[in-house]
Amino acid sequence: MRTTTAQQDFIRGIWKENPVLIQMLGLCPALAVTNSVANALAMSGATFFVMSCSSVLISTCKRFIPHEVRISAYILVIATFVTLADMLLQAYAPAQHKELGAFIALIVVNCMILGRQESFSSKNTVFRSLLDAFGTGIGFTIALVMMGGFREILGTGSFLGFPLFGPNFEPWVIMVLPAGGFLTLGFILLALGAFEQHKKDKAPRKQVQTVEASS
Amino acid sequence: MSQDNNSNGNRIDVDIQVENSDTAAAQDAPAPEEVSTFRLVATLAVAGVLAGLLIVLVNLHTKPIIDKYKAEQLQLAVYEVLPGVERYDTYYLVNDTLSLALPAGAKESEFKRVYVGRNSEGQATGVAISRGESGFQDVIMVIFGYDPIGGTLSGMKILDSKETPGLGDKIFKDMNFVDQFFKGPETPLLGVKTGAGKGQPNEIDMITGATISSKAVIGIINHALEEWKPILDKGIPEAPAVAESAEVAQ
Repeated sequence: MRTTTAQQDFIRGIWKENPVLIQMLGLCPALAVTNSVANALAMSGATFFVMSCSSVLISTCKRFIPHEVRISAYILVIATFVTLADMLLQAYAPAQHKELGAFIALIVVNCMILGRQESFSSKNTVFRSLLDAFGTGIGFTIALVMMGGFREILGTGSFLGFPLFGPNFEPWVIMVLPAGGFLTLGFILLALGAFEQHKKDKAPRKQVQTVEASS
Repeated sequence: MSQDNNSNGNRIDVDIQVENSDTAAAQDAPAPEEVSTFRLVATLAVAGVLAGLLIVLVNLHTKPIIDKYKAEQLQLAVYEVLPGVERYDTYYLVNDTLSLALPAGAKESEFKRVYVGRNSEGQATGVAISRGESGFQDVIMVIFGYDPIGGTLSGMKILDSKETPGLGDKIFKDMNFVDQFFKGPETPLLGVKTGAGKGQPNEIDMITGATISSKAVIGIINHALEEWKPILDKGIPEAPAVAESAEVAQ
């Protein structure tokens, strides 16, 4: 009945169905808190934690949750873990917590997490759900760090706080402002789209060539 | 359920098919009978209680750490804006006078307060005051040191702000701006455009590109002094224990 292997469940979220770059989910944090790599990492870490815990809990309890109230139950579970993540970050990483501010609490409404619970964890085993959460979480991290790196390098001339260029570098302030988030996402999606298109164009041409060569 | 995300192109199609076969199988297994309202409510109630318990447990663990960190940050800030003080006492504003003790049964968080810094002889040499007001984006929390005798500032630190990165955040990242508050400017402060000052002792050069944020900082300090100066002018009550000859600002 199942057509995917455990490996596929894990890999899928990382690239082929990357939550941000392909599915366009969780764009709010991807745009809002990626003005530095450190913030992107803290946000991904918190989201990763919330998603993994919620996936395990929901796939464990899926039999007890009546179909009619499943969304409320998922939100309740997710909100609980977000509150925990909020308190833990505040205690152990106060600097990042200050930077991320309200966006930690807004993980609750990250549709990527709810989406995974509804479409995967509620129908699959605990192990598969955990793999799926890990994969999606890593995919989310990759996307955020990619954006954070791009914006931090151009916007402040540093990477993870280490200055990259000489003192004469004039930072592109716009890249760390909200507008820079949209620009960065746009360029990354453009590059990805161009890459996909390129691959598509190439594939049939190759066939034609091989046909010509064989004839 | 999952069909509505077909706008994402062919990549998701595979997944949708898998999900459909799963939902079909899941619907076959339990007969589609009505679940009682009681069970719906009970499930959510139980889940809510468990969630609440979990949050309380973690909060018990993290609250002391968070409070300790906040207290440390505040302490650091007080010593930073009052250079040269040995220790400081927290005075609360009770019935328009400064008092070290709170009325019995009162909550600490309900009272406004100042931090009075004392030198090694126990003399009050400066007062640290914190205040928050709207900046460009959100409330800016400022703590500053004030010398009630000379009427000058001894330092300023931004405790909390969400000002625009790269522009408004210069109010704490641009040392040329911050240092001006440590050079003992007279009060009330007057914000001027860089280079347009007339050399008055109460002028602060504002940051180009962050006019609103720098104006806000200057405004916060002036408003705080307007509020506290009459109270401080009445005199700071003597410090307990250590200070015998505590000479107090009049």
